[in-house]
Amino acid sequence: MTLDQIKPGSHCRIKKLSIGDKLGQRLMDMGVYSGIRVKVLRNAPLEDPMELELDGYCMSLRHDEARFVEVEVL
Amino acid sequence: MKPGNILVALAGQPNCGKSTVFNAVTGASQHVANYPGVTVDKKTGWFKHNGSRFEVVDLPGTYSLTSYSPEERVARDFILHEKPAVVVNVTDASNLKRSLYLSFQLMEMEIPMILELNMMDVAEKRGVEIDVKNLEQRLGVKAVPTSMKKGKGKTELLLAIESAAAQSNKRQSVRIDYGALEPYIKDIEEQLFQDAAIGAQYPIRWFALKLLEGDEAISGLVQGRHVRAGAFLSYVETLRSRFEERHGAAPEVHIAQRRYQTAEDIARTSIINLDPDKRTLTDKVDGVVCHRFAGPVILVGVIWLLYYLAIVQGYNLTNYTWPLLAKLRSLVESLTPVPGFIEIPLLRAFSLWFVDSINALLNYIPIFFILFALIAVLEDSGYMPRMAFIMDRLFGRFGLHGQSTLPMVLGGIYVGGCAVPGVMSCKGIPDERSRLATILIIPLLNCLAKVPLYVLLINIYFAAHKAWAMFFISTISLLMVLPVSKLLTLTVLKDKETAPFVMEMPPYHLPALRGVLGRAVERVWLFIRKITTIVAAVAVVIFALLQFPGLNSERMDFYEKGKEEAIARFYQKIENYPEHHAVLQGGALMDMVNYWEEYKAAKMMTQGEDAMRTLQANFQSRNPVFFSIAQPQNKEDKKVNREFKKLVKARNKLLREMKKERINNSFLGKLGKTLTPVTRYAGFDWKVNVALLSALAAKESSVATLGALYQPDESGQENQTLEQRMENDSEGFTPLHALALMLFMVLYPPCLATTIAVKVQTGSFKWMLFSMVYPMCLGLSAAVLVFSGGTALGLTGMQAMWAFYGLALAAAIAMGLVKNKTEYV
Repeated sequence: MTLDQIKPGSHCRIKKLSIGDKLGQRLMDMGVYSGIRVKVLRNAPLEDPMELELDGYCMSLRHDEARFVEVEVL
Repeated sequence: MKPGNILVALAGQPNCGKSTVFNAVTGASQHVANYPGVTVDKKTGWFKHNGSRFEVVDLPGTYSLTSYSPEERVARDFILHEKPAVVVNVTDASNLKRSLYLSFQLMEMEIPMILELNMMDVAEKRGVEIDVKNLEQRLGVKAVPTSMKKGKGKTELLLAIESAAAQSNKRQSVRIDYGALEPYIKDIEEQLFQDAAIGAQYPIRWFALKLLEGDEAISGLVQGRHVRAGAFLSYVETLRSRFEERHGAAPEVHIAQRRYQTAEDIARTSIINLDPDKRTLTDKVDGVVCHRFAGPVILVGVIWLLYYLAIVQGYNLTNYTWPLLAKLRSLVESLTPVPGFIEIPLLRAFSLWFVDSINALLNYIPIFFILFALIAVLEDSGYMPRMAFIMDRLFGRFGLHGQSTLPMVLGGIYVGGCAVPGVMSCKGIPDERSRLATILIIPLLNCLAKVPLYVLLINIYFAAHKAWAMFFISTISLLMVLPVSKLLTLTVLKDKETAPFVMEMPPYHLPALRGVLGRAVERVWLFIRKITTIVAAVAVVIFALLQFPGLNSERMDFYEKGKEEAIARFYQKIENYPEHHAVLQGGALMDMVNYWEEYKAAKMMTQGEDAMRTLQANFQSRNPVFFSIAQPQNKEDKKVNREFKKLVKARNKLLREMKKERINNSFLGKLGKTLTPVTRYAGFDWKVNVALLSALAAKESSVATLGALYQPDESGQENQTLEQRMENDSEGFTPLHALALMLFMVLYPPCLATTIAVKVQTGSFKWMLFSMVYPMCLGLSAAVLVFSGGTALGLTGMQAMWAFYGLALAAAIAMGLVKNKTEYV
């Protein structure tokens, strides 16, 4: 399963980033790395982007970008 | 840097309170410049401590130090090449674990580092406790807890900077153990040591890590310096793939993972989070602010408030500041040579033009000040990323970015913005392609200065449908801007760098008054310095283009005759009043004219009965006889007054005719005429062309120039408004002409001030030129389409208006469906 499919309000754990380079590095630098717990807080009013909470802070990313994050639902 | 100065760099992640620290440490002694080649701000400040002078550079806030964004490259290159004596790593103590990710990277660059635990007050409030001693021991660096917003910890920080700079033997910070990657690091380190150039200049372990991460900028460095660069780099590639094969993760993933694990490990022993699962206030606020229905409503409310406070209230404020500027004008007027009956000294004409040009801009300062202060509030409060969050989907479809929202709001998403702050606030958009697209389309939005022309034309040609016409012109600009920006990103901007949207949603903060006002002042000052000076320079050029070559001697003789006739007529009429006749002989007549003009001007600026009485007393004591003519009491005086008014009217008419002829003859007038073969398809005659050309300096000029060109011809027209004059004067000027002209004005090239802002924000002369040329072509095409198309189809103004609206809407929808290609590499 990938992060973009997770419904708001659910928790999941990051398994793997299936992209490297700019987006992959950026996600890692923002604290998205395998093993960490993530809560999907909400989608934007027009569905995209989405807001997450991880490790005590919030970030947002587009669903197109979340596609590259493999997760397991908790 | 001056010799003897000690160089200190501030590094930290965004939203860690770094600028508060910078301001607290350096006070008022700051300087903003650009890093070479990029449009990233370089802020430098100074402070003195125990006799030493410290130069502090505020590096851009970054989460990491890769080479994927200009900010990160700039921060990293500064540390690498300028080698500051101390790096102060500012961290958010309430979120220390994540901050350490950057701290480790700074430590690996082997520069003496201080860990500043900022925002301790926030951490305490959230129930986070930090064991500072333990932290220092685990990291091997000095840690200083501060709450800079409350002014706590500054002394300790300065002391720590001083002692870190003085220590010649570097305190050994801990090394992160990269586990399985260590042998690979060692391998590369050994190879690097053989190369004296790199070995002596760069921190070797860091360099090796960067090569293993596949950092392109560092490979580039090797390419330029290493003797056997090709062979060495392909060896690094082999190592990278070997590691990935054996350990199932690319080295850069492994490296990031180890850094987070180490941070986790250190956090476990030195950070106590008493209340880890509390749903934060920020999340609760976001539940409302980013809500499906409430979110957009709040956004519209915020935008409305921004307009209301800055544009409406700011405009009211200009009622108080304008008299000051008017005083400046009359001061200049009084210092320049007095005008003759029809001879206006060049120096006078020039000085007044110059002051008027500058005043037109300075008049906006109250608006700008409020606007900049409100932007600072939005930035500090944390609402800005939420705006981006709400709008990204919509703007993203047109090649723009969620963060284009604020610039577009400032530029005038409806009516009445200003492109200058709009373009200036594009700085924060991380995606280069969207940033350039935003900068390029902002001038097409409806700024405040375009409105007078709209109002003028709508009042004349769409009088019956005023509200609809106003609605059309207010919304058509946004409707055109969206497909245009998409078109730009699909063509000229196609190959520009893109960046992931991934964005932190920082906790909400209450903005500090001092920071907000400070930034507003700073930005207004930047505006004055950068923009007003250049506008002044160009005002000179436009003046020359409008003034020269002037009138030839034959025409001057003609006007001279007109003058003599008018004066002779006046003397003849007052023959029966020998007293007055005697007083107004020779040079005294001109004195009286000037006295009259001054008195009229002074009366215009005076309010209240008492002030008026004082004013009259003043003028009376200056010259009692003149005063009796200017403010007649008895029958004789009244008669002379009436004749004198006629003389003044005759003079004004001569002056206007001369002005009209001078513009007609001027270089700009000739240019206007040269352009008519093209512009006539858009329905513009040469007068309109000249008005549009003069609007290049400032959009307000268009109406003023039209005013000069459509001037009253017969005495009966004197008191007509410009609306009436244009209506009578320009035969054959139809609503269709007016519509074409309005659409051209919407798309018209940016004013000078904006052009300069574009230059500053893009850092490129080429883009500045492009930003002037493409709207001109676009505007002309739209005007031709409406005018020639409308004429061919026999449409009325209103029909053409809605037909165009439909076209623009269709274009916007069609362009919204086209996909931009996005590369995440």
